Amino acid sequence: MRFIFKTRYEQDLVLFKHGGQKFWYAVLVAALLLAPLLFSEYFISQLVFIWIYSVVGLGLMLLVGYTGQVSLGHAAFLAMGAYTEAYLQARGWPFLLSLSSAAIVSGVTGIVVGLPALRVKGIYLSIATLSFGFIVEEAVTRADSITGGNTGITLGNLEIFGWAVDSEAAFYYVSLVVLILCILGVMNLMRSPTGRAFVAIRDSEISAQSMGIHLARYKTIAFALSAALTGVAGALYAHKLRFISPEQFTIVQSIELLIMIVIGGLGSIYGAIFGAAFWILAQQLIVTAKDWLPPEIGQQTGLQPTIFGIFLVAFVLFEPLGIYGLWLKVRTFLEIFPFYRKGMFKRQKSYMKSERLK
Amino acid sequence: MQFLQLVISGIAQGCIYGLIALGFVLIYKATETVNFAQGDLMMLGGFFGLSCMVVLGMPFWVAFLATLAVAMLFGMLMERALLRPLLGQPAFTVVMLTIGIGYLARGMVTMIPGWGTETHTLPVPYKDEVLRVVIGSGDPLILSTEHMVIIAVTAFLIAILFLFFRYTKLGIAMQATSQNQLAAFYMGIPVRRINMLVWGISAAVSACAGLLLAPITFVHVNMGYIGLKAFPAAVVGGFGSIPGALVGGLIIGIVESLAGFYLPEGFKDIAAYILVLVMLVILPNGLFGDKMRKKV
Repeated sequence: MRFIFKTRYEQDLVLFKHGGQKFWYAVLVAALLLAPLLFSEYFISQLVFIWIYSVVGLGLMLLVGYTGQVSLGHAAFLAMGAYTEAYLQARGWPFLLSLSSAAIVSGVTGIVVGLPALRVKGIYLSIATLSFGFIVEEAVTRADSITGGNTGITLGNLEIFGWAVDSEAAFYYVSLVVLILCILGVMNLMRSPTGRAFVAIRDSEISAQSMGIHLARYKTIAFALSAALTGVAGALYAHKLRFISPEQFTIVQSIELLIMIVIGGLGSIYGAIFGAAFWILAQQLIVTAKDWLPPEIGQQTGLQPTIFGIFLVAFVLFEPLGIYGLWLKVRTFLEIFPFYRKGMFKRQKSYMKSERLK
Repeated sequence: MQFLQLVISGIAQGCIYGLIALGFVLIYKATETVNFAQGDLMMLGGFFGLSCMVVLGMPFWVAFLATLAVAMLFGMLMERALLRPLLGQPAFTVVMLTIGIGYLARGMVTMIPGWGTETHTLPVPYKDEVLRVVIGSGDPLILSTEHMVIIAVTAFLIAILFLFFRYTKLGIAMQATSQNQLAAFYMGIPVRRINMLVWGISAAVSACAGLLLAPITFVHVNMGYIGLKAFPAAVVGGFGSIPGALVGGLIIGIVESLAGFYLPEGFKDIAAYILVLVMLVILPNGLFGDKMRKKV
């Protein structure tokens, strides 16, 4: 067990809490950099999916896990990012410019959608985002001069400053770099006053307001940043799949993204990444398991949603911090080895607080 | 005449939205839980009815009542098993749970033999019949029986619910619970049991909507997505107002029906969502909603 003896306020703010963390993250990054040399192309391709979903997860985590607002339409922002990227790339924009444009387009749309909904409380944002999701889905299908309609749109090869990203490994590095930058960005955001304001809003809107936090402004910032990150992920997603069509960005996708981060663990960056990893790896496992399951079960299309649904319900009921919460327990158990007690992570119960008192 | 025709079919569709929104508002008022699985409860209702009629061979009206009973039990069981353990947890946890239940239900239904991913026809006795009503000297108004049955059953159901909430002891206890849980608890009302019953009633109302809708859209897994339009209905009517839910449902239904005819293709499906976004800008508290302020 390591005790950190804090003597300066800055120690509360540093990105790495102690030297051990620096060392292990360095090892992790080195291992990830070497991965394309060691693993098969298929495995690398799955890793790329994990990185992309992690970026979406980070965006959604910012909104759901840190600011406490639920969005049921994030697939729409994914679509905005993907189509912006596809459109601009076809017109010869360089990657960095089109990637940031994808983020800006998504972010600005986020502000436009969020503003009316964020003035009123809680659940309205979910309904507004749900509506927005349907509208974007329909618009993408209808505006076939830009989006190719139902037939979809194919992307050309990615090129960054003359370096052609044509292999799986090359794209792996691109998405890994984007992911690391996004993680660092979110980490830095969360230790800034803005990030602290998000958390304050999540924990109690009224106390946040009494501390002088402008609710609508900070909720809008959170929503815009979340949409922008999702837009970045959308651009990567478009390049990964090389083909995008409206049926990839439906309400089901939005719900699945939400399920992903809840399983991963709300309120932490680890949660977003664990969730993405779980999502992709579990899908692979299910596909593998299909072969040796009896065909009555294995060939059912509903198998995957059923399994993920059971996981979600079980996590919500028994482990609200998701996979990250499980990991936290295991780590604490090992760190303080013989002294782990059963009630250490007991869920706090509170009396139901009505929101309806006049 | 054309216009009237469209309005009537819109009202019929709106009744369905209204019923789902009603089930949703009942739960919201009683427990402050937003139930995202309401549409899936409707879908399950459709499938229960299908099994009762096709597998068990019940006549329509018996099957109808049996479905309502099964749905009510299912709703109560769901509350007892899944939602009650989360009492006192943040609202988001419960929202996520209901989303999960809906997602799970859609997955599970496809795994059940005889339900599956196919589209089923519910063999109702009044299928494919039309009524011709001649008003004045114009063309006759052609009304499909399915629409008429929806409107009549909805009106009947609303009347029963109104009488129930107005005159029975249980109904009044539910009203008290929805106004102030703690005060109701102090007055000796068994709040938990009331909440369980509210879930049961809400599930039954949704199942009823499912059965009524089945002759028009058939019974299939993605029926639940129709239930998502209950959210715009509830917002338009003012979140948490029972008459508002119905009126909101009707407005959404009529707007959708007219948009399908007068606006270019594609607007029919999103008319409800555009309406709700506009509504949030101009009248965020809805038509019947009252402004709530929150206390610490």
